[in-house]
Amino acid sequence: MLSLEKSKENEFEILSLYGEVDASNSVILDEAIQEIIASGSKSLLIDGKNLEYISSAGLGVFMSYLEDFQDQGIRMKICDLAPRVFEVFRILGLDQLIPIYPDRAAAFAD
Amino acid sequence: MKYRLDISCQTSALSELRAFLQQALGGATLDEIEKHQVTLAVEEVCANLIIHSHRCNPQDIIQLEIKDADEKLIFEISDQGEAFNLLDYEVPDLKKVMVEKRKGGLGIILVKKIMDEIEFESKNGTNTCRLIKWFRS
Repeated sequence: MLSLEKSKENEFEILSLYGEVDASNSVILDEAIQEIIASGSKSLLIDGKNLEYISSAGLGVFMSYLEDFQDQGIRMKICDLAPRVFEVFRILGLDQLIPIYPDRAAAFAD
Repeated sequence: MKYRLDISCQTSALSELRAFLQQALGGATLDEIEKHQVTLAVEEVCANLIIHSHRCNPQDIIQLEIKDADEKLIFEISDQGEAFNLLDYEVPDLKKVMVEKRKGGLGIILVKKIMDEIEFESKNGTNTCRLIKWFRS
């Protein structure tokens, strides 16, 4: 099960993820990011505090935006990942491509 | 210890697979992070088969068997679909995956990095992928 919540803090559009992202529901994550970008936002923060699991289907969604975001000057940051979830980003080397912060405050400050 | 699960070829079966793995790995000599990763690797292989070899046909079944040998766990994933040999796939470069927006390559990278050994055989119409994780003492 995956549910999403959108909010705004500082200049960031925040997308909070609750539950598990896998091949059955990664399209929901993809659509939510598309909607946020379509609204004209240039700063996106993914809050992973309540993200329990993410498979390559979900990681692929983030990956698929990286180049376009770079071209369009859109910032995407991720914060508050549980250690086991962060470890998956690290194994892939995604932590080198997307800035990941321990919490929201650190993400805003950088 | 031996566990078996039949998985229907639809992506909605993946959460059931994770619940099964969590239970099966309960007593294994792996830490929480390793259990999480092993679960992910098994799911990646099954998701690949469900989506690519079986085109999400819920009538098709994948069989998972977990065997606990002396110092290792063996996950045997069998199906009767189009053979998909992980070992034939080079681990793609992450930057290449990014540029080509090739979402599929990521799962293969994860499986190869997480598991210690991968074996594949195709015999009499049945494909068997064996993922092996060694216990670190």
